[in-house]
Amino acid sequence: MTEKKEKIPRQPMPEQSPEERKGNFKEVPYGYSAEAAMIEASRCIQCKKPRCVAGCPVGIDIPGFIKAIEDGDFSSSISILKESNALPAVCGRVCPQEDQCEILCVIGVKEEPVAIGRLERFAADWEMEQKEKKALEVAPPTGKKVAIVGAGPAGLTVAGDLIVKGHEVTIFEALHKPGGVLVYGIPEFRLPNEIVEYEISNLAKAGVRIENNVVIGKTFTIRDLMEEMGYDVVFLGVGAGLPWFMGIPGENLNGVYSANEYLTRSNLMTAYDFPRFDTPIKRVSRVATIGGGNVAMDSARTALRLGAESIVVYRRSRTEMPARIEEIHHAEEEGIEFHFLTNPVRMLGDDEGSVVGMECIRMELGEPDDSGRRRPVPVKGSEFTLDVDAVIVSVGTGANPLLTNATPGLELNKWGYVVVDEETGVTSIPGVYAGGDIVRGAATVILAMGDGRTASRAMHAYLMGEELETAPEE
Amino acid sequence: MFKIKEKVSLAHDVHSMVVEAPYVAAKALPGQFIILRYGEIGERIPLTIADSDPAAGTITLVYQEVGKSTMVLGGLSAGDVIDDLVGPLGIPSHIEKFGLVVCVGGGIGVAPVHPVARGLKEAGSRVVSILGARTRDLLIMEEEMKRASTEVLVCTDDGSYGQKGFVTTVLEGLIKKGEPIDQVIAIGPVPMMDAVCKLTKPYGIKTMVSLNPIMVDGTGMCGACRVTVGDETKFVCVDGPDFDGHLVDFGELRLRQRMYLKEEREAIEALTYVGA
Repeated sequence: MTEKKEKIPRQPMPEQSPEERKGNFKEVPYGYSAEAAMIEASRCIQCKKPRCVAGCPVGIDIPGFIKAIEDGDFSSSISILKESNALPAVCGRVCPQEDQCEILCVIGVKEEPVAIGRLERFAADWEMEQKEKKALEVAPPTGKKVAIVGAGPAGLTVAGDLIVKGHEVTIFEALHKPGGVLVYGIPEFRLPNEIVEYEISNLAKAGVRIENNVVIGKTFTIRDLMEEMGYDVVFLGVGAGLPWFMGIPGENLNGVYSANEYLTRSNLMTAYDFPRFDTPIKRVSRVATIGGGNVAMDSARTALRLGAESIVVYRRSRTEMPARIEEIHHAEEEGIEFHFLTNPVRMLGDDEGSVVGMECIRMELGEPDDSGRRRPVPVKGSEFTLDVDAVIVSVGTGANPLLTNATPGLELNKWGYVVVDEETGVTSIPGVYAGGDIVRGAATVILAMGDGRTASRAMHAYLMGEELETAPEE
Repeated sequence: MFKIKEKVSLAHDVHSMVVEAPYVAAKALPGQFIILRYGEIGERIPLTIADSDPAAGTITLVYQEVGKSTMVLGGLSAGDVIDDLVGPLGIPSHIEKFGLVVCVGGGIGVAPVHPVARGLKEAGSRVVSILGARTRDLLIMEEEMKRASTEVLVCTDDGSYGQKGFVTTVLEGLIKKGEPIDQVIAIGPVPMMDAVCKLTKPYGIKTMVSLNPIMVDGTGMCGACRVTVGDETKFVCVDGPDFDGHLVDFGELRLRQRMYLKEEREAIEALTYVGA
C-alpha cells in the first residue's frame, strides 16, 4: 500500500455552468470522458485489503471495477459492478460516496480520494451507449414466485438479485411509473428519468414483471399475494413517504407544498413543462424551502429552475446541514440564498387563501441534542417576515401506514416503521421481508439498496430451503 | 391500459363510463375512489367509484367536464383506453343498519352517493335520498337512486322538476316532520355540503360528507389533499374521503380547490388551441 505512484490529481468532472444550468432541468455534471476515467482509475493503488469495499452498502468490488477501467476494459468493469449493483448508473450519481467508500480510500489520507462514484457512473454510462449489451445471466427457473411491493431502489435491487437466481419476480408499484423516489423525488438535473428507465428496462429484459397502478394494502393485501395469488415470498420496499408538516398556523394556505408534492409534480408529472403536460405547479417569484437535507436542496434547486428566487430556511447552521456537501455547493453556486439559524413560526395568507409571507424567528445553537448536533433555540423577540409566494416544507417524512395498517401481524416500532431482523430483513411474518425507508425511516438510495441485498440473500435461502451463509458472498 | 366498455351521456357535459378494471372492481366498496391519468401528458385525478361489478371486472365512473382531464375523458368512446387507473383508494363509507338515513346528492354528487345509499339499504336501513340539480336536464341517476333507496325526493333550483329549491329546503322539511334521522350523508359541491352541515348541526344530526379535493398520488405521499377537520390536518386520500361534516373547515377547502384555477384555464385554452 505504500507503493509510490506518480501524483495525479483527482480528475474533475465537467459540468454545466451555474448560470446556464439554473435555467434548465438538464443534468448538471456531464460525466468523465474515457480518457479522464482511465487517468482517474490509475490513481487507485489496488489495495489488497480495500477499505472502500467495506464502506459500500452493497459490497461492490471497487478495486476490481476500477482496474478494468484503467485497463480500458470498460465491458468487464460494468460486469463487475453489476455483480453487486443492479443500478450502477443511479448509484454513480446519487450515492453519498464521500461518506461511504471514498471517505475510506487510502489515497484520501494525503490527497483527494479516488473518485469512485464518478468512475461507477462512467462505466454505467459507457454501457448505455453500446449497441450490444450483455444481458443478465438468469439461472434455470426454480418455480418460486416472488412479490415485491414498491419499485424503488430497495425493491429494484431485490428484483435484480432474485431474477438471476431463476425465480419468477413481480413488482407491484402504486404509481403509474416504476422507480419510486428515483422518478418522483430526485430531480431530472441530478438523475435523469431516462437513466432510471434504462436500468429498469434491463431488469425487465431479464424477466422481471412490473405491475404499475397496484397499491398493496388497497388493491391487494399481503395475504392476497401469499394465499390467493401464489407468491412464496414478499418483499416490502414501500418507502417512508408520509410528509411531515411543521404544525404551524397557515400551513394549509395555497402555495404551501410538501417537498414530496412539489417534487412529484415537477419530476413524475413533468409540471415544469406545463401546459405541454397537464399537471400544474405554482410559478411564483419567491420560494422558501424549509429544511437542510438533500430533499430540501432538490426542492430549492427545482424552484430556482421554475424561475423563482429561491431561498432555503434552516433552523441550524451550515455545518449541521444533513445534505450532501456537493448538493449544498451546487445550490450555492446557482445563487440560492441560505437563511441559517432561522425557523418559520407561521405562514401569512391573502384573501384568496394564498401564501404571501412567512414569519420566522432567529435561532441560536444551544447544548447538543439526541442527534449529537447542537440544539437550535429561538432568540426572543427576533421575529421577522420573509416575503414569499410559495413555501416548500422539507422537514422529513414519517411512516406511511397505508400498507402496514392493512397487514395484521406485521410488527412495527413506535414510529410505525416495520421491524425486521437485521441479518435477514425478515419481518414478524414468515416469508415477508422488508427494507429501505419503511424500515429505517428516511435514508438514502444506497442504504435502501443495501437492505434489498441483505433481504434478497435471505429470501433466496428461504425459497430454496437452504441455510443462509453468514458471510456475504465473496 | 384500461378499456372503456360503455359510455353514455347523463346530462350536458356529464358522462357515465364503464371501465374494465378487474382488480379495482373486485375490491371496491361504497365511498372509495380511483385515480386515473388519461394518457402520457395527463394529470392524476381522483374520481369516486359510482358502481362496480366484480363478476364483469368493471367499474362505473361518472364525471362532469370541468377541467382538461375530464374534457379529454368526455371525448373518449367505448373501445378507447385510459392509460392508468389505480384503486380502490380511501377508506370505505361506514355502512350499518340505521333506522332512517338521509342521503343527499347534489349535481354530480348523486353518483358517489349511489353506492353508499345502496349499501345502507342492503344493510337494512330506511334510506331517503334527496337529489338536487340546478335544472331538470342536469338531474342524473334518478332511476338508479330509486332502486338504491326506500324513497327519493327530487328538487331543482329553478323548479323545472320536483320541488323548487335547494336540497337543504327539502332536508329541512324532512327534519321538521319530526321523524328521527340517525345520519345524513351529503355529497356534492363544497357549498352544498357546507350548507347541509350548517342546517343539521343545530339539530345534532350526524352528517358525513365525502370530499374530493386536488390530489396527486392518492396514497398519502404528497399531502396535496390536506383538509382541516376539527383541529387537525387530515389527508383526504388516506384518512377519508368521508369526514364528519360538522368538523370540516369548508372555507379552507373551497379556497384550496381554487388553487389552480388560472392554470386550469390555461390548460383548457391550450387544449382548444391544438384542437384535441
